[in-house]
Amino acid sequence: MNALPCTIYVAFTGALLALVAGARSAQAARVVALLTALTVWGLTLYAASGFVPAAALQDLINIPWIPELGIRYHLAADGISLTLLVLTGLAATTGVLFSWNIGERVGEFFALYLALIGGVCGVFLSADAFALFVFYEIAIVPKYFLIANWGSTNREYGAMKLVLYSFAGSALVLAGVLWAYAAADGAGFGLAQLAEAATRFTHVQQLGMFALVFTGFAVLAGMFPFHTWAPTGHVAAPTAASMLLAGVVMKLGAYGCLRVAMPLFPVGFAFFQPAIAWLAIAGILYAGFVALVQEDFKFVIGYSSVSHMGFVLLGLAAANATAAGGAVLQMFSHGVIAGLLFAVVGRMVYERTHTRQLADLRAMPLHRLIPFAAVVFVLAGLASMGLPGFSGFPAELTILVGTWQTRPLWALAAAGGVLVAAAFTLRAIQVSFFGKVERVEVNAHHLPPITWPEKAGALLLLGATIYIGLCPDALLDWIRPALRSPLFHALFTGGAS
Amino acid sequence: MTLAVQHLWLIPALPLAAAAVGALAPRSGRTLAAGAAIGAMAGSFILACLALAGALADPAAHQVFNFAWFDLGFGALRLGFLLDPLTAFMCVMVAFVSLLIFIFSTGYMKEDANYKQFFCFLSLFAAAMLGLVVANSLLLLFVCWELVGLASYLLIGFWFHKPSAAAAAKKAFITTRIGDLGFLLGLLWLQDNQGTLLFYDGGAGFLEAAALANLSHLLPCGLAVSTAIGLLIFCGAVGKSGQFPLHVWLPDAMEGPTPVSALIHAATMVAAGVFLIARVYPLMTADQALANVPVHALTVVAFIGAFTALLGALIAVAQNDIKRILAFSTVSQLGYMMLALGVGSWVAAIFHLLTHAFFKALLFLGAGSVIHAAHHEQDIRALGGLSKKMKVTYLTFALGTMALVGVPLLFSGFWSKEAILHAAHGWRVSHLPFYAAVLGVVLTAFYNTRLMAETFFGSPRSENAAHARENGPAMTLPLVILAACAVLLSLVNLPSYPWLAAKLLGEQEVRGHPIFEGAGLMGLSVVLVALGVGLGWALYGRSLRANSAAKDPLAVRAPGVIAALANRLGFDELYAATVGRLNAALATLADVLDRFVWGGAVDFLAALGQFTGLVTRETDERTLNGGFDTTSDKLRGAGQAYSQAQTGEAHGYLRTLALGFVILLLLVVLGGAR
Repeated sequence: MNALPCTIYVAFTGALLALVAGARSAQAARVVALLTALTVWGLTLYAASGFVPAAALQDLINIPWIPELGIRYHLAADGISLTLLVLTGLAATTGVLFSWNIGERVGEFFALYLALIGGVCGVFLSADAFALFVFYEIAIVPKYFLIANWGSTNREYGAMKLVLYSFAGSALVLAGVLWAYAAADGAGFGLAQLAEAATRFTHVQQLGMFALVFTGFAVLAGMFPFHTWAPTGHVAAPTAASMLLAGVVMKLGAYGCLRVAMPLFPVGFAFFQPAIAWLAIAGILYAGFVALVQEDFKFVIGYSSVSHMGFVLLGLAAANATAAGGAVLQMFSHGVIAGLLFAVVGRMVYERTHTRQLADLRAMPLHRLIPFAAVVFVLAGLASMGLPGFSGFPAELTILVGTWQTRPLWALAAAGGVLVAAAFTLRAIQVSFFGKVERVEVNAHHLPPITWPEKAGALLLLGATIYIGLCPDALLDWIRPALRSPLFHALFTGGAS
Repeated sequence: MTLAVQHLWLIPALPLAAAAVGALAPRSGRTLAAGAAIGAMAGSFILACLALAGALADPAAHQVFNFAWFDLGFGALRLGFLLDPLTAFMCVMVAFVSLLIFIFSTGYMKEDANYKQFFCFLSLFAAAMLGLVVANSLLLLFVCWELVGLASYLLIGFWFHKPSAAAAAKKAFITTRIGDLGFLLGLLWLQDNQGTLLFYDGGAGFLEAAALANLSHLLPCGLAVSTAIGLLIFCGAVGKSGQFPLHVWLPDAMEGPTPVSALIHAATMVAAGVFLIARVYPLMTADQALANVPVHALTVVAFIGAFTALLGALIAVAQNDIKRILAFSTVSQLGYMMLALGVGSWVAAIFHLLTHAFFKALLFLGAGSVIHAAHHEQDIRALGGLSKKMKVTYLTFALGTMALVGVPLLFSGFWSKEAILHAAHGWRVSHLPFYAAVLGVVLTAFYNTRLMAETFFGSPRSENAAHARENGPAMTLPLVILAACAVLLSLVNLPSYPWLAAKLLGEQEVRGHPIFEGAGLMGLSVVLVALGVGLGWALYGRSLRANSAAKDPLAVRAPGVIAALANRLGFDELYAATVGRLNAALATLADVLDRFVWGGAVDFLAALGQFTGLVTRETDERTLNGGFDTTSDKLRGAGQAYSQAQTGEAHGYLRTLALGFVILLLLVVLGGAR
């Protein structure tokens, strides 16, 4: 466990090294990035191997930072953080593998990339609201540069939209946290202290603070109707950035909702609970329908991400240990599956064919030209549809079982999303890879073969989704005890109807 | 030697391993993939026989082996395997039919470039189907249910370069998933209500008395909980078993290679819905004791089944594609099975399921043999005269047809259909389903006579049919074996010695009825079959079709009716115009909303921000700077340079930031003041 804070330092150090190495040679920067990402992942796995699940955050480091304001550099972890850190390590590693072909300003690219990873790790480890916010901001800034410099279609617009949304979201979070800080009157920024003080807040304060903080985080989680940054951002981003965006950054938002907004302001949460659930359901169905008619391949995946994150939010809104456990599992699962889908579309297909229009792809016998990509995409699509054998199935099943306990009608409405997901995924599979082949000469298109980093990355992600699909307890054994901590316990017994 | 329940998982595991071998084998590893698939299937078949022996030793027992999958947070989600006569008979049937169809496929798919994949997918299907059968948990059954759906998707779309095949695969998957949605909801409800999804668990399973007693309370709408859950689960069966109103996918599924149609869309997967209802039969009947409910679950099952039986038979009359005729016949026969379930005789349903699996697999393989020999000609109007060219196919196909039609005494189909008619006749709720079933018998005899006459008699009506030659032993041997089964299977459940029924019901002793009991009904059905065959022969047999373009004699007499039936009564168009339209409209609406409303709002805000920036900048230049300038002019100092630095966007941003900070501060103060 004590190795976890090192993930932050390793990532930041790696960022600097990549910058230095990039000045010498591109290959050096790549190797540095890969080693850094592997180290981060290795550290999380090492921590996981010695992890004893407990019903509380386990302190890792807790020293004063700005004593005058009661701000502490307080890092702590529980099973939820650990799950997301392992995901971050995996996403970071595979992201580097899928960016192996980046040729422009490689050092800078990986420096920004690793800085983003460091920020994300920091968020997942922070037990102090201020520290969490600082890491959160650190994670947002590199995104802008990654998209604006290395992105594709409409990249400046996408980057700008994403960053404006992110900053708007973080402004809301900051406002809510500052308000709570002021109202708590000297309790400082520690999450536990704030939660303790929040029990004395008035009803109105609780509602207001919850609305600010939750909305702020939910923007980043892609909650309907604040989701429009996600598809455009994904489309504009370079492959590795889309993978991180969908795989990890959207999880930051959901994690913030679960770690900060809900336990700190349970009264506010109880008030808004039905609204959140219905917005989540709307997101599941709405984004699914939008995905059904997209002509840009990446837009299909982008909207599917919004739809899947709807399940996460629904699981949180249902507010019981089962649904919330499912939500965290879904965060992991979606992180892996979305990463895989973006990798196929962005790296394996787009960078070879230079088009993402389904109409163009339909005319290419892609399943013959790049069969590996076709197989991976079919498997990832099946996983995305929630087919048994892949991680999406136990995750969505657990969310639905838990949601049914709270309110059967919510589960009823959300289950329709499974059907829509099948419809848009099958359409994407058939049109993109298995279009009309007989008209086109295979030799007319010469595509470079799939490289080893792509294969390695795809296999890692596929392995993860299948392993968790067969054996979800591997993660749930960490997650469940964390949800039994007093803070969550109060939330789940008091908040739910 | 018997197979213990804890080793039951081996039965699906063997084909799964074969699928893995098929997936990993190189493209040239054709023999390896096919050999692994056939070997694994033979192994599964032997194990299934051993399991059957174990189940028959104590037919009343439900032997279970349960284990935890993962923890839901309030208790483990448990899965398990179940061994009882129902499972064992299904296992033997699935493994045996699969084995024969695998062997047939080595001949039928010989020229296909993706031969290896074909066997990989087939093995995957067999694994999932066997897993479905041995499951002791509704969840495990659902998991396998989804996987057979996936395998079916992959195999219908196997020739995906044909747009019709790709479309059919998608249609099948989505349509069955509509039903699966109901299944999933029933499962969630049951899990919430019972806390377990195990069928049998030493008294704690949801099919056992203690749990069923909890399910009889009434909902606000007047239905019992068990009725509601039962009907939701039945939705899944409606989708998978091609029952009205979700039957539309099954005929389209014939786009797949013919062995696939035989195995998945005739013998096994489509019968899974019938098996499912038979499996959860205690749940389905839990509401029977309640008198004050508006409807019983089984009543719905019976009416849907009877209607589908009639509908399928009617539409089959006007089809011209040999496989489509058989497909609608499957829809119809599945309807008979559902009818049997609905009227209370699940044993009759399973008997018909088993006999149907053999004779329908035989008919499809026979059709495959014809299609293979006739260079993929499937239109019966263009066939003809094959009785002389393909003797084995002809004879076995004829046996299969007689079983399907229900030619008396010798054929298995006769006895199983007889059992269903008998049960429907004795149903107290309504006699309508019985009449529908009786009418269906006539129609079945009619369209099958037509099929035989047009395909095999007369002279060839196309080049392809003229060049047809009998296929090799890989294809004819399975036909012969299946034909033998189609006849001999009647022996296991004769009314005078109903061995199968007794075992399924868990009775050690077999108590038969005297042969003349129910002879009146039997006589009626003999007359009905004779009537159907006679009509068919009068129209199609006496004066054989002269050429492929000649008008159908029935279409001459009733053109409107036949056109409507040929068009499958317009269900596809109806769905396209309603559900399809609605779906497309919703998708477009959501897309427009996203692009213009939400997206527009964001763009508007961004534009507003830019506009504010512009305004502040202008104000800066004109008023503030102007002020500074005048001051600097007057002071003639460093003011000039100072103001220069402050122009431009940075200033505007800073100002907005400051404004935000002020608002924030106000909020903080506001909060602190309380």
